[in-house]
Amino acid sequence: MKEELIVSGRLNEYIDPNLHIWGWEIPLYLFLGGLAAGILFFAALFYLQGKENEYKAAVKWAPLLTPIFLILGLTALFLDLHHKPYFWQLYTNIKFQSPMSWGAWTLMVVTPLSIIWSATYIREVFPKWDWKYRWLYQLEEFFQSKRTEMAWILVVFSVILGIYTGILLSAFNARPLWNTSILGPLFLASGLSAGAALIMMMSKNKLERKLFSKLDLILITLELFFIVHLFMGFLASTQVQIEAAELFLGGPYTLPFWIFVVFIGMIIPAFLEWWELKGHHIPAYLPAMLILFGNIMLRFLITYAGQASRYLY
Amino acid sequence: MTYENILIFISNHIMKSTRRDFIKIAAVGAGGLATSGGLFSWARANFFEEVPNAPGMTRTPTYCEICFWKCAGWVYKNEKGEIQKIIGNDEDPHCNGRLCPRGTGGVGMYYDEDRLKTPLVRRTVNGKQVFEPASWDEALDVVAQNLKKVAKEHGPECVALFTHGSGGKFFGDLLKAFGSENITAPSFAQCRGPREVAFLSTFGEIIASPERTDIRDTRCLVLIGSHIGENMHNGQVQEMSDAIDNGATIITVDPRYSTAASKSKYWLPIKPSTDIALLLAWINVIINEEWYDKKYVEKYCYGLEELKNHVKTFTPEWAYGITTIRPDVIYETAREMANASPAVIIHPGRHVTWYGDDTQRLRAVAILNALLGSWGRRGGFYSPEKKDLPSYPHPEFPKPKRTWRDAHPGKYNLALEVVSNDICDSTIPSPDRACNFKAWIVNGTNLIFTLPDQKKTLEAIQSLEFMVVIDTMPMEITGYADVVLPECTYLERYDYCRTDQHREPNIALRMPAAEPKYDSKPAWWIAKKLASKLDLDEYFKWNDIEELLDWQLKKVGTSLEEMKKVGVKKFPREYDDLYFYDDQEIQFNTNTGKIELYSTDLAAEGFVPMPVYTPHEEPQTGFYRLNYGRSPVHTFSRTANNPNLTDLMDENVLWVNPKVAKEWSLKAGQKIWLENQDGVLSTFPIKVRITERIRFDSVYMVHGFGHAEKRLTRSYGKGVSDTELITNVKTDPIMGGTGMRSNFVTFHVEDPHRKEVES
Amino acid sequence: MRYAMAVDTKKCVGCSDCVVACQTENNVPIGYCRDWIVEVVDGTYPQLELEIRSERCNHCANSPCVRCCPTGASHYSDGGIVLVTHDECIGCGACIASCPYDARYPHPDGYVDKCTFCIHRVREGQQPACVEVCPTKCLYFGDLEDPESDVSKVLKKRKYKTLIPEAGTDPQLYFLI
Repeated sequence: MKEELIVSGRLNEYIDPNLHIWGWEIPLYLFLGGLAAGILFFAALFYLQGKENEYKAAVKWAPLLTPIFLILGLTALFLDLHHKPYFWQLYTNIKFQSPMSWGAWTLMVVTPLSIIWSATYIREVFPKWDWKYRWLYQLEEFFQSKRTEMAWILVVFSVILGIYTGILLSAFNARPLWNTSILGPLFLASGLSAGAALIMMMSKNKLERKLFSKLDLILITLELFFIVHLFMGFLASTQVQIEAAELFLGGPYTLPFWIFVVFIGMIIPAFLEWWELKGHHIPAYLPAMLILFGNIMLRFLITYAGQASRYLY
Repeated sequence: MTYENILIFISNHIMKSTRRDFIKIAAVGAGGLATSGGLFSWARANFFEEVPNAPGMTRTPTYCEICFWKCAGWVYKNEKGEIQKIIGNDEDPHCNGRLCPRGTGGVGMYYDEDRLKTPLVRRTVNGKQVFEPASWDEALDVVAQNLKKVAKEHGPECVALFTHGSGGKFFGDLLKAFGSENITAPSFAQCRGPREVAFLSTFGEIIASPERTDIRDTRCLVLIGSHIGENMHNGQVQEMSDAIDNGATIITVDPRYSTAASKSKYWLPIKPSTDIALLLAWINVIINEEWYDKKYVEKYCYGLEELKNHVKTFTPEWAYGITTIRPDVIYETAREMANASPAVIIHPGRHVTWYGDDTQRLRAVAILNALLGSWGRRGGFYSPEKKDLPSYPHPEFPKPKRTWRDAHPGKYNLALEVVSNDICDSTIPSPDRACNFKAWIVNGTNLIFTLPDQKKTLEAIQSLEFMVVIDTMPMEITGYADVVLPECTYLERYDYCRTDQHREPNIALRMPAAEPKYDSKPAWWIAKKLASKLDLDEYFKWNDIEELLDWQLKKVGTSLEEMKKVGVKKFPREYDDLYFYDDQEIQFNTNTGKIELYSTDLAAEGFVPMPVYTPHEEPQTGFYRLNYGRSPVHTFSRTANNPNLTDLMDENVLWVNPKVAKEWSLKAGQKIWLENQDGVLSTFPIKVRITERIRFDSVYMVHGFGHAEKRLTRSYGKGVSDTELITNVKTDPIMGGTGMRSNFVTFHVEDPHRKEVES
Repeated sequence: MRYAMAVDTKKCVGCSDCVVACQTENNVPIGYCRDWIVEVVDGTYPQLELEIRSERCNHCANSPCVRCCPTGASHYSDGGIVLVTHDECIGCGACIASCPYDARYPHPDGYVDKCTFCIHRVREGQQPACVEVCPTKCLYFGDLEDPESDVSKVLKKRKYKTLIPEAGTDPQLYFLI
């Protein structure tokens, strides 16, 4: 029998018996960031394709929610900080090797852009909206003329934001479950899928719904592909990675992951959307809500299980 | 009825008949909340990088009171005057500048907000006994009146003092002046007594403390149940580490894979209680193979022929059947010792009251050392020396008419010190005794956790007319006192200087680093005030402690002023050398003037003059021998509430072999209750540690936990008290020591107390 | 200059003196610690091995905590000692998650705290508090680039290992075995 114990010291609830430095705040932040990134990506993309009037939900409506998502996400991130009065230090430093720094700065770019983007469409969505001041109308006019530029920036930065939500975790080699570069693409795909789902839910246009339904199907397939690769990669790796994968393959996180994330969050909505494409009527919110649910569960489970995975020594 | 109600019912009805209800020091609590600032103020330092302990620190000398090793150190205070840390004194031979974790964590004793804060007097209010806070004057008046009453009615000899700590010397002086010599410390009969008696009867000298073992220079260290490294006897731990560096062989005999065992070349996982058989087999091999130091034995020892005959049949093969240690291992380890001779130590241990034949076991240890010529030799046992300080002039103490020995004539004649458990026994009235003890003064020893057989201890306490407890903490014993006096901690007081033996004679000063917190007072002040109230002023003629210490120190060529600067002062040896020189003529302080392999002392008292093996009780099915030991971060039960030390270890766990755990389906960390062979249940549950480090027939726990006193907020209900499960006491007929290792426990996975209530 | 520490597992008895000495030296509040004791038992009674280690921050030469810190609060100081500047730390916990040794903790005051190798003492020419207090003298500290330092000498003489070298952090806490 091998026995390993900490005899004294380290009686720290944040560290032992498992790391628990991050609670609900970080996964919520990752979810909202990914969701916003997904919406903004599609908004910018279809704007650039000149389809702003075809895909109104994508380009005009859904982005109105992104400032709220991003501000909520930032609030969650702020709540997670233990040394809050020093929050501003994030923005007096640029650390290229730190994903946290990347994320902070990316949000610094994306959040104002999301607000401006929404503002340029707000009178279109809410015709009674009044900016009250003349200079605001002038500003609106100015930004409306710069939508193409903004869209290009958004396409790039929303992808960075989407990938960042995964890279934030995968940069930690101390937590074997996180320490895989596939987490970036997986979280990007998952964020895009969430964005697509929300757009689909908001859309009143059959064509748009169908498009995003298809997109979602592709993205879910992609996610499943990444998940399979995630585990293949782990199982073909070192003992620590094998043990990390086992958290989801027989370990304590097995049932929640495979049921909530994969089955309810991916397979069922994928089936529903396929069914709908076949011509059956499925309420749009149903697959969308399931996808969003699966998305949030994915973030929570990966964050929590990752903290439970560790090196063996 | 709920469980609590039942308890109240029981205490109201059954315990009503007792004169002394246990009072949970409730009256003290009120002022306790406002005082926690000290510890957390540490955390608020604001610094750019890391500059803790900035300049502005001051230091004062002390010697540690957390255990009996009494290491000298410096108490550092920060610029705000708060005690920050304690660091060992580099000049101190006890610690060589390195305190142990308990000494380092001694700050916690000072900052503990559960400390006793004010004198308390037991009074009956509305038919209920409570402690009422009192002024010192009031409280000491009550003590003086009661002691005077006992002296008048029964004689001053009927007062006994239990003490374990530096302050005890002042109360000892007081008691002697009062007319009683019954001053006892559990450190004799519950701890090292057997080894002192055994070594005295063999070599004519005791081991004393710190032990005269020359571990630093040894080539072979044999530990028999002694877990150096877990017992944090600082100097010995340091020297064992030096010995490891020097490549010394360590042989450890222990049914448990102790830390020391893991550092050993040979670990002998002996069947518990069979050590004497192993020792006899070693003696047999060393004599048969003629590996003993012939010149040394011939010159200095008495009784080799008798010993040869005596051990003839105690072969390794014979011992194998008893100890489960293979004959070739016994043979090989004997050769290791012989190869290292005389730089070999068969360590006498410290807490050696195990099975009731402990003096005989330690005799076997002493004989083995004698055969290998290690006594008085480098790497064996050195000759220690100490610097005595003269007593302050006082009238001669009155000669008591009776002593504790008169309670039962002829018993324990070889006991060198007062037998604490015997005082306890003779406190309980019995028709065959002329006088019983009527009053106890208890200082710095929690007798409830110190003496085995708690029932008897409590019975003795109930038989008393008066008990005063002087302590720093609301230990269990305070709940039974008539008067509780809050002593300040060692960081807040002067005491007599430390004058313990060592390689070089030395003295160490303890001076206060801070004013006493709350309404606590130093022992010297309490003793002097009490002396005054007992009309014994003439024995305490000094005005205050500084005058007393300065007077003493000037007599040996130093002064209080110098000692405040240096903390520790060494003196040249006055008598012999550290080791015997070749062919030195030595008159040993024994009847024969020689090292007695054959003990004439024991023979004269009617005991076997050479040790024999006697089998001891073994566990019944489903029971496991209860072994207990020390943690390096705690001392007895006294540190269990120290915030710094509790932070390192706040409860004890029960070591259980994986096979046993499987049999009982125990899980690691599971809480279980224990019941001993006499049906005594543990008050609290204990967590299971499943470990290969323990033999299948025993369990192990660290002593000193399982406190039932709620005012010890950090330690209340944490773990199990081994003492409460030690009810089968094997008294050593030679010196009265209490053998405590013939107790066996079984497990309850469900709360047995609850079951009792429901049924 | 490259500061490092060696822990002699053959001498360490796991007494925790290093833990409490660090707490009182560095104002570490009760309930937290910058170093700790690990015990590893291997084998079956009575064939057993016991390793006791006094552990702390490894002051890695390739520190993930420094890398992932978004503000630069975690940084390398004299001789590669890894430090946290309290007033730059936002307490995001990234460094805590990044440390394979779990050597960091959030201080109740908010910033992240850890072993400093007692840099304030080292700069004054003293040893870290844990090294100076250790009753078994099982801790060795010094400059690896100085062949005469305690740590250089003992590492030359003895076999040693580091913890999780495969994590690629280049740890500077050596365990003599």
